[in-house]
Amino acid sequence: MLDGTGPEWLSEEVKTGTTIIAIEYNGGVVLGSDSRVSAGASVVNRVMNKLSPLHDKIYCALSGSAADAQTIAEMVNYQLDVHSMEIGEDPQVRSAATLVKNISYKYKEELSAHLIVAGWDRRDGGQVFATLKGLITRQPFAVGGSGSSYVYGFVDAEYRRGMNKEDCQQFVVNTLSLAMSRDGSSGGVAYIVTIDEHSTEEKVILGNDLPTFFDQ
Amino acid sequence: MATLTVNRAALGGFSFENCKRNALLEGEANKVGCSLPSARKTGTTICGVVFKDGVILGADTRATEGMVVADKNCSKIHYISPNIYCCGAGTAADTEMTTQIISSNLELHSLSTGRLPRVATANRMLKQMLFRYQGYIGAALVLGGVDCNGPHLYSIYPHGSTDKLPYVTMGSGSLAAMAVFEDRYKPDMEEEAAKQLVRDAIAAGIFNDLGSGSNIDLCVITKGKVDYLRPHDEANKKGVRVNEAEALKLTGDYKYKRGTTGYSLLITHRRHDVFISSMEMMSEVTCVL
Repeated sequence: MLDGTGPEWLSEEVKTGTTIIAIEYNGGVVLGSDSRVSAGASVVNRVMNKLSPLHDKIYCALSGSAADAQTIAEMVNYQLDVHSMEIGEDPQVRSAATLVKNISYKYKEELSAHLIVAGWDRRDGGQVFATLKGLITRQPFAVGGSGSSYVYGFVDAEYRRGMNKEDCQQFVVNTLSLAMSRDGSSGGVAYIVTIDEHSTEEKVILGNDLPTFFDQ
Repeated sequence: MATLTVNRAALGGFSFENCKRNALLEGEANKVGCSLPSARKTGTTICGVVFKDGVILGADTRATEGMVVADKNCSKIHYISPNIYCCGAGTAADTEMTTQIISSNLELHSLSTGRLPRVATANRMLKQMLFRYQGYIGAALVLGGVDCNGPHLYSIYPHGSTDKLPYVTMGSGSLAAMAVFEDRYKPDMEEEAAKQLVRDAIAAGIFNDLGSGSNIDLCVITKGKVDYLRPHDEANKKGVRVNEAEALKLTGDYKYKRGTTGYSLLITHRRHDVFISSMEMMSEVTCVL
């Protein structure tokens, strides 16, 4: 590996120390992420969009090692393109999550990235899948990344079943804002993606437009 | 009982057998008292910026080997294709060879498609190769160019992650250069303003980072034209001692014309008695170089 002369962050692996969250509602999903990419103590990209499209209506949220996560997302994007051409229609979210899970499981010793897969398909509507370390589990919502530890309490307390689209978006924005203010490796702007039957909407919320809480 | 060894079929991916051999060799060398030669790094400042008509790449020209400057004027902006150039930081050999390999593959690809290559293609090829080697190829690159979709700028890290941004810096002096960019970057700048910005960013790296120095190279890429300005700015010109004639008086010129008569000086020593009349304490000044 690169030797020790020069600052350490030059030879440190680039990680997306991150906060990512995905939540489903009746009719779609909302994904959210922060935008900070760090290498050691240095921020190398303060505006990275960690919500990566796998297909028109399926997105994944990246966390962990930047190189590993980007590579998995690009590989699954390609495999999903081929798969959807073979079946002749839009792929299911479960298929995308399974493809991600297969890579994560097979190379679990070598990779250190966690992807949350979420999207909408005709068969089961909005779905969120967590694929940590090679498992695949469908959940009503999922959080990930280094900033998620700071907001487990908040999401557990605030989540209610049967929220509508606007409530979900507000929930995601609040969670990201709290995590970004407490986690050193999360920050920048917030990216929100809302996927439903009719459209896929991407939104950016700049740092000063995020909701503020006590002590901010 | 003899142990059975099963010949395992070679798994895909990179074979790290040579790394074990290298570690063994290093151990043997250290036992005798020598050390293996270290890889030459370009402790560097490289940067790129997207302006109105294209992309400008900038680099310093110092290559270091440990704490010694190995090359005062090395070229860090590498050719990838007629419309795409790449700056490299990290291990000099790695950046050199990686860019050459991708340049060759991209030329074959462009002949096969019959089109001018795209920056995104070069980016994919570079990141897939670097990811395959899991960070052992120490090449941190700033890739820029203009293709049919406009100007593009990417930063590529040794482990294989990439970022597509309007301005990027890399290398040991990247923090100094990024400070200049964050202060003065504006979208859609004119060419002269952008050249000045890149020049200032590299200068910040040169003067504030020990691993960067010497001159500033620029590469301005626009649709249909590439200006490779080497050097664009000689920020560190080597000085001349006084003027040449006076220097000769001080040091003496040992070159004589043919036919010069030689003679020797008679030197008499005089003894001087030295008296100490007063003594002053010099204040202590400690200087760290």
